[in-house]
Amino acid sequence: MLHIVNKSATDRGSLESCLRMATKGSAVLLIEDAVYAATTGNAAAAKIQAAAADLKIYALGPDLAARGMAGRVLDGVNVVDYGGFVDLVAEHSNCQSWL
Amino acid sequence: MSDMDEMEDGSGIVKKFMFLNRKAPHGTVYALEGLEVVLITAAFDQDVSMVFTDDGVYQLMKGIDSKGIEVKDFSKTYRALEGYDIEKLYVDQASMDARGLTEDDLIVDVTVLAVDEMANLMAEQDVVISF
Repeated sequence: MLHIVNKSATDRGSLESCLRMATKGSAVLLIEDAVYAATTGNAAAAKIQAAAADLKIYALGPDLAARGMAGRVLDGVNVVDYGGFVDLVAEHSNCQSWL
Repeated sequence: MSDMDEMEDGSGIVKKFMFLNRKAPHGTVYALEGLEVVLITAAFDQDVSMVFTDDGVYQLMKGIDSKGIEVKDFSKTYRALEGYDIEKLYVDQASMDARGLTEDDLIVDVTVLAVDEMANLMAEQDVVISF
C-alpha cells in the first residue's frame, strides 16, 4: 500500500496517524508541507528514521526545493520527482491520502 | 481632541501591530496573504512587528526554489520589508530549535526571542493579526 501525507508533522498529526497504520513493507510518500519531516533537525526526523526500518519513505523533490530543504534530506529517504510519484501510484495496488 | 476626531483627520494615531505568522510558506496561502497585508499596513505608518513562530519560521528559509511546483517564490519579498520601514522581525527560539534551524538558515536578519520575551512582546501590542 502507498500512504501519502501532505501536512507538516510539526503542525498536524497526520504523519503520526499514517505511521501508526502503515504495515511493514508499505510505502510512505511525503508531499507538500509533509516533506519537512524528512529533513535534518526536524522534531519528526527521529520518527521518520525509525519508520524507515520497516517502510519505504519517499519525499517529493520539487516540494523540498520549493521550501529550501533540498540539501537537508535525511539519510534513508528517497527523493522522487513527479514521474516517480506517478510510478509509486502505479506500482501499488491501493493508496491512502492522510489529508 | 477625541479619538473619533483624530480618526477622521487620519493622523496622530500610531498603534502597535503584530503580524503573527505560524504557517509554512506553500502548503497554504496564509504566508503569502499575510505578507501582502503587512505591505499594505506599511503604507499607514504604523508600528509593525512581524513575528514567525511554529512552522512560520520556514517562511524565511534561504535557498527556496519554487519553479518545480509552479508557484511564485515570494521569499525574496521579506528582504524588501526594510524598504517599507518594517524592520522589527522576530523569530521564536523554540520553533527554530524544533526544526533544526539557526539564524544562518534565514534570508533576512531577525531577532531571536525566548518564549517569555515573545509573550511579553505579544502582550504589549494594540492589535495582533494572525496568519
